[in-house]
Amino acid sequence: MSSRIRHIASNTFREAVRDRVLYNLIAFAVLMCGASILVGQISIGIERLVVINLGLTAISLFGVVIAIFIGIGLVSKEIEKRTLYTVLSRPVQRWEFIVGKFFGLAGTLVVNTFFMAIGVFLALLYVSQRFQAADGWVLVALYFIVLQFLIITALALFFSSFSSPLLSAVFAFSLFVIGSFAEDLRGFAAMAQGTTRWLATGAAYLLPNFASLNVIGSVAHGQGVAGALILSETAYAMVYAAMALCGAVLIFEHRNLK
Amino acid sequence: MAAIEILGLTKTYQVGFWRKRPKCALQPLRLQVEEGEIFGFLGPNGAGKTTTLKMLMGLVYPSAGSARILGCEINDPRMKAQIGFLPEQPYFYDYLTAAELLEYYGQLSGVDAKERKRRVSEVLDRVGLPNVSGMQLRKFSKGMLQRVGVAQAILHNPRVLFFDEPMSGLDPIGRREVRDLMEELKRAGKTVFFSTHILSDAEALCDRVAIIHQGELRGVGAVADLTSSVQGKVEVVWRGNTVLPSVKTLALDSSVTGDTVRAVVLEASQDALIDTLRRERLHIVSVTPLRTSLEEYFVQKLRPAEAAAGVRS
Repeated sequence: MSSRIRHIASNTFREAVRDRVLYNLIAFAVLMCGASILVGQISIGIERLVVINLGLTAISLFGVVIAIFIGIGLVSKEIEKRTLYTVLSRPVQRWEFIVGKFFGLAGTLVVNTFFMAIGVFLALLYVSQRFQAADGWVLVALYFIVLQFLIITALALFFSSFSSPLLSAVFAFSLFVIGSFAEDLRGFAAMAQGTTRWLATGAAYLLPNFASLNVIGSVAHGQGVAGALILSETAYAMVYAAMALCGAVLIFEHRNLK
Repeated sequence: MAAIEILGLTKTYQVGFWRKRPKCALQPLRLQVEEGEIFGFLGPNGAGKTTTLKMLMGLVYPSAGSARILGCEINDPRMKAQIGFLPEQPYFYDYLTAAELLEYYGQLSGVDAKERKRRVSEVLDRVGLPNVSGMQLRKFSKGMLQRVGVAQAILHNPRVLFFDEPMSGLDPIGRREVRDLMEELKRAGKTVFFSTHILSDAEALCDRVAIIHQGELRGVGAVADLTSSVQGKVEVVWRGNTVLPSVKTLALDSSVTGDTVRAVVLEASQDALIDTLRRERLHIVSVTPLRTSLEEYFVQKLRPAEAAAGVRS
C-alpha cells in the first residue's frame, strides 16, 4: 500500500474516532449486558443460542449503519466542504484517495467489531459460565460480518462518488436489504419463466449476496462452517468490494470538482 | 523557463436539467508566467479566475487546451510536490488541530518525518499562529483559517504557489502580513500566481497582471506599463480659496479644499494656466501629469465597448 493511501486511511479512522462514532460501543455494551442478564433469567437451555443470535445480529446492524452513514459522506462531504481541494492539489492520485478512504472506514469497522465481539464473548461467558469449543465458530461468523462490511463500505463509497448523501444512503441501504434476501431472489428466478426469469437471474447475480455471508443462525446452533465456504465467500466479498471500488474510482476520476 | 504555461485552456459546462445547453466559463486562455514572478490574476466575481485555478490544480478538467507547470503536465504527481495551493475561503478537517492538519498535509506531500516536525512549527510561526498549534480547527476564526491555509500552501517549500483570493477574510494587519509573505517568497525565488479582485493588493505586489472578465482574457502586462499611459492631462495644485474665472475657462475640472485649489487641464493648456497663476501671484504647489491607475485600466478592460464609445465621443 502506498504511504499516501495509509495516511488517508489513518486520517479517515481518526475522523471516525473524533466524531465519536465508536460511542456506539457503549450502547452495544449496555445492550449486551442487559440482554444476557435478561436471557439468563427467562430462557432455559437456549441462553447461548439467544446471546449469539442477538449479539451477532446487533454487531451486523450496528456495523452496516455505521458503514452506510459514514461511507456515503466520505467523498461527497469532502467535495461539499472543499477539504478535497488541498488534498488533490498535492501528489495524491484520485484513486489513492478513494482506496485510502475505503481502508480507513474498513479499519474503523474492524476495530468496532473487535470491541463488540469482546462484549458478545463476555455475555456468552456470563450465561454459560464457560466457553465451549463451538464458540470458536462465532469468530467465523464475525469474519463473515466483516466481509459484509467491506462490500457495503465499497458500495457506499461507489454511490458517494456521484450521488448526494441522502440518495447514496437510500441506494446502499436498499442494496443491503435486497442482498440479504438474495437467496430468495435466486429461488424466484429458478421458478420464473421467460423474460422475468432472465431479469431475476441477472439481478440475483448482480446484487450483493449478503444472505450467503450470514452464518449467524448455524453458528448459534453450534454448527460449523465448511472451509471451502469460507474461502469462496472471502473471494466473493473481495471481488465484489474491489469491483464496487473500481466503479467508484472510474466515476471519481472523471468528475469535475466544482 | 516559464513556471506556468497556459495553452488555450477552455471550460464549458452543460447547464439546465432537461435541455442541456453549454455555458462557457473560460474562453481559450493563453498565458505564460515566468519563474520568480508575482503574477496577479484579476477579475470581478464570476470572471473565471477560480475555474482557471481549479483546472491548473487538476480539480476541474478542461474542455479543451492544456497547461504546463514547471514543464510538467497538470496532473503529474512529481510537479504537484512542487506547488502549493490556497483555495478561496479554505475549509479544513475541523476535528484536527492546526499541527495535526499540517502534519497530515506534510505526509501527503512526501516531506520526511524529521523535516515535517520542524516545518510545521516554522510555518505556523510564519503565519502568526505559534501558540494555537494544539487547538482544534473548529475553534478557529475565519481569519485564522485563512492563515492556516497559507501555512499549508508553503509547508513543503514549493517552487510555485497558487493563491485564490489570499486576502479574503483577513483584517488589515493580516492582509499586510500576507503581502509581506508574498514578497518574501518572491525574494526566495518562488513564483506566485494569485487571483484577486482587490486592485490595491495587485498594484502593490505584482510584477505582471492579467485581467479576465466573463471568461475572456482582456489584458495582460507589467503593472508599470499598464498604468504608465499618460492621459494627456495635467493636475495643477496651488494655494488659494477660489477658482478664478480665467482658470475656469481653461480647466476641465476644478475644486477647492481648505486653502488648496486643484485643477485638471489638457497638456496644451498647462502653460496658459501656469502663466495665469503667476500673474495672479499665486503659489503653485505641484504640476503632475495624470496617469492611468490600475483601477481605471481594469474598468476600461471590463467595459471595452463602453470605453471605446467614450473615446470616440
